[in-house]
Amino acid sequence: MSTETACPLTARDYKSELKPVWCPGCGDFSVLMAITKALAETGRRPEEIAVISGIGCSSRLPAYTNCYGFHGVHGRALPLAAGLKLSRPDLLVIAAGGDGDGYSIGGNHFLHACRRNVDLTYIVMDNQVYGMTKGQPSPTTPPEWDSALAPGGTGLRPFHPLVIALAAGANFVARSFSGDPANTAQLVLEAIRHPGFSLIEILSPCVTFRPEDRNWAKRVHPAAVDETQDRARAARRVLTDDGFNTGILFRGDRPPYQPPYNPAEAGPVDFEVEFRP
Amino acid sequence: MKEISEFQRKACTIAMLGSGGAGVMTAAEILLRAAGRAGYYGLMTKSFGPQIRGGEAAAFVTLSTAPVDIQGDQVDLLFAMDWQNTERFAGELHISSDTLVISGLPGAEPPAIVAGHQPTLVEVNLKAMTRSHKGTRPNMVALGVVAGALGLAQETVNDLVNERLTAKGEDAMAHGTAAIELGYGEAEDLDFDPLPASDGDTPRWIISGNQAAGYGAMRGGVRFAAAYPITPATEILEWLAPRLQKAGGLLVQAEDELASINMIIGGAFGGAAVLTATSGPGLALMSESIGLAVAAEIPLLVIDVMRGGPSTGIPTKSEQSDLNIAVYGLHGDAPHVVTAPNSIPDCLFTAQWSTHLAESMQVPVIMLSDQSFGQALGIVDRPAELAFATRRQVATTPAAADYQRYAATLSGVSPMAIPGTPGGQYIADGLEHTETGTPSSGVADHNKQLEKRLTKVVDFDYGNHWAEIEGSGPAAIITWGSTTGPVRQAMQRIDPHGERLRLISLRLISPAQPDRLAKALAGCGRIMVIEQSQMAQFFGHLKAQFDLPIHADLYARPGPQPFRADEIAAKLEDWLS
Repeated sequence: MSTETACPLTARDYKSELKPVWCPGCGDFSVLMAITKALAETGRRPEEIAVISGIGCSSRLPAYTNCYGFHGVHGRALPLAAGLKLSRPDLLVIAAGGDGDGYSIGGNHFLHACRRNVDLTYIVMDNQVYGMTKGQPSPTTPPEWDSALAPGGTGLRPFHPLVIALAAGANFVARSFSGDPANTAQLVLEAIRHPGFSLIEILSPCVTFRPEDRNWAKRVHPAAVDETQDRARAARRVLTDDGFNTGILFRGDRPPYQPPYNPAEAGPVDFEVEFRP
Repeated sequence: MKEISEFQRKACTIAMLGSGGAGVMTAAEILLRAAGRAGYYGLMTKSFGPQIRGGEAAAFVTLSTAPVDIQGDQVDLLFAMDWQNTERFAGELHISSDTLVISGLPGAEPPAIVAGHQPTLVEVNLKAMTRSHKGTRPNMVALGVVAGALGLAQETVNDLVNERLTAKGEDAMAHGTAAIELGYGEAEDLDFDPLPASDGDTPRWIISGNQAAGYGAMRGGVRFAAAYPITPATEILEWLAPRLQKAGGLLVQAEDELASINMIIGGAFGGAAVLTATSGPGLALMSESIGLAVAAEIPLLVIDVMRGGPSTGIPTKSEQSDLNIAVYGLHGDAPHVVTAPNSIPDCLFTAQWSTHLAESMQVPVIMLSDQSFGQALGIVDRPAELAFATRRQVATTPAAADYQRYAATLSGVSPMAIPGTPGGQYIADGLEHTETGTPSSGVADHNKQLEKRLTKVVDFDYGNHWAEIEGSGPAAIITWGSTTGPVRQAMQRIDPHGERLRLISLRLISPAQPDRLAKALAGCGRIMVIEQSQMAQFFGHLKAQFDLPIHADLYARPGPQPFRADEIAAKLEDWLS
């Protein structure tokens, strides 16, 4: 349903009065800014939007918007968002969170959200660390990264969310960098407008527990080739790039999962006839 | 013929046995329906071997002219299509010297669990009959024999067989009728008392506990469901899925129980009345998010169709052992509601009532049904039409500046803004929060919200629905759920006028209603608690939350064996003497 009308709302109308709990310099500030900017562009009013999250630093985001929101339990933002969207197809539903929330504890839901392809936008602020619990390795942390919980590093190969999303059926895959809010806002808007399950991976450094990642600003670069609609090609590119390619990496055409709500042709009383012996 | 009262006391129980594919379940269900059309009450339970498909199967049908809560104490008529692996039904198949045993396989020896009781044994040559009438099927001949022996009208049985075979064409219908005719012919020679006359054409329903639960929830307004398949709850979901679609709703199959509970939380946040159905292991997975629904004040219904536990346990058999996890399984101080139906038709009422409670209080309700209700098929009185007036309190025109989603009202219930409502934007949160929903770890906010959430559940007026109370004797039996039926039957036998005993079956398990129970117990000198749990979870709950007299007695044992009326009657006689 399109309600894109000329609407005088600006990014500020989508921001709440609440002051974020994030550390100074956290990448999530500019992601929040980009999201509110994109929402203003959609033309949907704040009350027609719901932002759903789990637990973690970035999962505090819904409260900093002026939309309806749900700050649920760790790892379950996607099924909650899907339940809301399936029962209320008229709403614009966004899920947001971090790498630990989405790829570790919520990993199974991530797979099935891609596969189910409900018309949602999933914004993952990937900082390659558990920040809220103060510095443990996440599924995207490099293997050698030393921490109190994994002295000397985990020795584990990082998870590759974008390839997995492509394999599982996500309908739109993009990567962005928090230090580039204008581009991020544009990608979020594209993701929202694209039907089906859209994933945007936003590299968003944790300045407190992984200060070395401030150098991501120097490493990111726009993808050298244009977006593709070929899933296999997109997967190969994502697998072989340096992890800092930004832009739309895949745009698919799977129809979203939204079983139609038939106008009620029967009420409960109509089923009574089935119970006659 | 036996006296009516004597008949009602014992009812008439028929067992049909056969190996996989023999069609005993189809035959038994047609028998039950025929009895239903003829105005009898009935109950059909099924027992299967461990094989996914095929393997031995037993159907038990108990018929009476009074409502049937449980299978009869012993089998009056056993029809065995064959004797393959019959031993596995030892403990379920209660044969006596009064039992008429019909063997469909002449020459085959019945096993010791049957022959050992020296029943009357008759042989019927199913193979020869179906050979002589090409196209007839042995299970339909067996149905004819049994229905004939019971004195059910052949025309009614024919109608049912034809309705079932319509899609297969005229020939199939003709063969079906011929098979029934063969069976009725054989029944003429049998020495078996037919059923006494019924009260005619009173409209009755044939329904399983799982169907009744699904239907009750729909009557209560549920239009969105998400769930993961699990025995013995799946039939609720399979019943609901196509019907929700027709009624303008939706059921989504989730990837696991963690997803299904969160999907319905999302749906309820969006304004829908919602449910999921599961069994013990699934409830355990859901418990973290049920806590979220408590904190964020989301109305939802979780139906737990209990089975033997712990762990995978015995998925196909019943036990009342999820009470503790349902009542005490949430983390933190998490007030919520736990209900339990006490019969198959009460699954309908309790599911509808539970939806009403969830919506009225904006709280999760866990309804504890069990396998013995869920997967049994009953002929029951048509449940009354009910409507509960109270719905969810919704904030329709909140002013953005001062809307407080979690306002600490007197009742504890605060109007909920539904997404789409301008000015009502708030964040539903599992974090402790202020009245507006802003996260807070402050002492005052925590106390205020804890108090709010407890008040709304404790102060709610549950009315008379909290328990079923029967009889007025000075010795009380307190029970719940599927143990109610056997207790009721036992009481009818040893205290038909309700002068010695009193039955109190709790429908509202939590929050506890100690004052109401104390009132219901007025004048009682003795109390016995009866339940199907090794660790006596219900007894422990009563002792902890109610003013139970110190000398309360207990009869608790685990499943999977269902309680029998004679077992409980013997216990009560002993207790009273």
